[in-house]
Amino acid sequence: MAFEGLGEKLQGALKKITGRGKIGEADLKAAMREVRLALLEADVNFMVVKDFVKKVSDRALGAEVQASLTPGQQVIKIVNEELTALMGSSHARLTFSSKPITVYMLCGLQGAGKTTMAAKLAALLKKQQSKRPLLVACDIYRPAAIKQLQVVGEQVGVPVYEHGTQDPVLTAQEAYALAQRNGYDVVILDTAGRLQIDEELMAELERIKASVPPQEILLVVDAMIGQESVNVAKSFNDSLGIDGVILTKLDSDTRGGAALSIKAITGKPIKYAGTGEKLTDIEAFHPERMASRILGMGDMLTLIERAQQNFDEKQAQEMEEKLRKQSFTLEDFLDQFEQIKKMGSMAEMLAMIPGGNKINPEDIDEKEMARMEAIIRSMTPKERRNPDILAASRKRRIAKGSGTSVQQVNQLLKQYDMIKQLMKQFGGKGGRRRLRGLKLPL
Amino acid sequence: MSEENLTPKKKGFFAHIREGLSRTREALSSKVENLISYYKEMDDDFFEDLLDVLVSSDLGMKTAEDIVNRVRTQVRKEKVGDPQKVRQYMRDAIVEALGGIQDYELPRPAIITMVGVNGTGKTTTAGKLAAKYKAEGRQVILAAADTFRAAAAEQLTVWAERAGAPVIRHQEGSDPAAVVFDALASFKARGADLLIADTAGRLHNKKNLMNELEKIGRVISREAPDVSQEVFLVVDATTGQNALNQARVFSEVAHVTGIVLTKLDSTAKGGIAIAIASELGVPVRFVGLGEGIEDLMPFDPVGFAQGIL
Ligand SMILES: Nc1nc2c(ncn2[C@@H]2O[C@H](COP(=O)(O)OP(=O)(O)OP(=O)(O)O)[C@@H](O)[C@H]2O)c(=O)[nH]1
Ligand SMILES: [Mg+2]
Repeated sequence: MAFEGLGEKLQGALKKITGRGKIGEADLKAAMREVRLALLEADVNFMVVKDFVKKVSDRALGAEVQASLTPGQQVIKIVNEELTALMGSSHARLTFSSKPITVYMLCGLQGAGKTTMAAKLAALLKKQQSKRPLLVACDIYRPAAIKQLQVVGEQVGVPVYEHGTQDPVLTAQEAYALAQRNGYDVVILDTAGRLQIDEELMAELERIKASVPPQEILLVVDAMIGQESVNVAKSFNDSLGIDGVILTKLDSDTRGGAALSIKAITGKPIKYAGTGEKLTDIEAFHPERMASRILGMGDMLTLIERAQQNFDEKQAQEMEEKLRKQSFTLEDFLDQFEQIKKMGSMAEMLAMIPGGNKINPEDIDEKEMARMEAIIRSMTPKERRNPDILAASRKRRIAKGSGTSVQQVNQLLKQYDMIKQLMKQFGGKGGRRRLRGLKLPL
Repeated sequence: MSEENLTPKKKGFFAHIREGLSRTREALSSKVENLISYYKEMDDDFFEDLLDVLVSSDLGMKTAEDIVNRVRTQVRKEKVGDPQKVRQYMRDAIVEALGGIQDYELPRPAIITMVGVNGTGKTTTAGKLAAKYKAEGRQVILAAADTFRAAAAEQLTVWAERAGAPVIRHQEGSDPAAVVFDALASFKARGADLLIADTAGRLHNKKNLMNELEKIGRVISREAPDVSQEVFLVVDATTGQNALNQARVFSEVAHVTGIVLTKLDSTAKGGIAIAIASELGVPVRFVGLGEGIEDLMPFDPVGFAQGIL
């Protein structure tokens, strides 16, 4: 998952702020150096980093430390808030034209992933919004670019308009006319990759823009981009006036500082993210979630507070012991359910746990939790301790006992495995120490 | 499709290089120039700002700090008082980090596998390399071992036509190792000098896709044990610190022997190549300077260092 690691670094830095009471200036300076380093390593543009660090420092120095927090935690809180402020707070949706046809123009550097994204977007709009999209091949330069769009278009069942290697302005216009005649309501233009300093090709985009006014011009950016993100985004925005950004290859292990930089420089929201090579691998971009994912530590503060309210130390230590031995069983899982119910929802919890972002919160709903609980309760203690013995016949019995299906039993086992995996990571090196410090229930 | 004359803005070879490199140089040189005229003497702030210049070129904090520290030590030791001189020191340090000046000659015969994450320029570089070595009198065969991405084989076929080299391809979705196997058979049958295999872009953190690459490597080692194997990791110069992860994992799995740094005609400085070379010891072999068939240059560390400072 992208963004991993930055959180750990930041936490490491902020741990250095010790003691209670006011945040010391020397401590803060040392920690901010680490923050700066962590952000730079994450490819946040260095000018953006400078601004960010200054803002956080100013606030942290002036801040009264909340009674419940250590100065270190207070700084985490400020970093988190500033990060969220920088990223924006809610998902920016695509807008639709009031005219019958909405045109989106995708543009960006070579190799950013425009063609794949065009098909993903078309598929998404078709499925979620019941739109009738038309894909348009405006990349006349790269060998076989048109063919590529045709192939992915076919894969998602969206027609592709192409007119060879003629001026893409004409192709775009023809496509628009075709859409009018045939009742397509969304037109997606796949343009050629180009450098933002290539005046001739930038002018081509301006001509396309003028000829079929797009509802939105979307800049497609590789999430692995480095310091240049800012120049690229700024230039495209200055010459075209982009409406939003789509980040691709977010399934890489990049820390993705580009997301921050681009938002900071252009003020334009990141609307979608590409998260894999399959044409369904597209996700709405949630900046508020992403901000906490960037930190990789989620909403630690809330978690710390709730944990402190709900758990006694002894229990936490026991659990930690289990983690260390990796003997976390379904019985413990059940125990945890009880505890978690006191703290909030499972999805909430996961979102708050460092590394918990590996599990998509949308995959877990509350009803499911009740179901899971029922399933575990229908198991014998022996089964709970060793789910490996769950053969088909046992699963059928459990399903019946809990009023669920074998499929749902399997699903629970899968979830349990996932959580165990996650725990293993916590149980590993740094994680354990972190857990002890926080006295987390998990 | 006949795109031969559609490559945008065709320019002469040297015009391209000059332009590409000078953009890199301009951006940074002016920063260094400013620094130098601003600082009368070299205090900590001077070096701190120098560090920023390197970091803004994607060298990464660690490599940038290494270089600045080395130069700082040298400056103090030799009691240099002239900020101008620092530039030469910095260039020297960069060349050193890049592994010094090397004369690279591709063995003959050889098999090159192009690897890298999605969209970095593998196919384009495969085409450029084919043309280059063909022009130097080698008998070149291309293998379309990207059987995954839509129209990847068609794309490589266009490049093969441009380079005047035959291409071995299978259907989309077929086993890439099988393509390589067939290409090797043809390579041997024809007594060719050079086989260039284009592989699908893949993220280094996808285990199964990386395994597929390993398999391709195994097929080559098994079928052509006596032929020199080169594995070129194609890195987009606009990539940030992630390229270091890429290089690390691809090296492990696919035994990368060299880097091709593409898109240096952009405004990106490609500083990450310095980090890769210095941290992993993988040399940079070629640079890509545009989308035309001749926009490929052997890597010149001195020129590159001058481009940065
Ligand atoms: N400006 C510039 N563009 C380049 C360079 N090398 C490749 N490109 C462009 O980058 C884009 C991607 O290149 P490809 O060769 O298709 O990249 P790839 O690595 O084979 O891509 P996948 O196979 O999809 O992973 C194309 O539009 C190329 O024309 C370069 O040196 N400079
Ligand atoms: Mg390719």
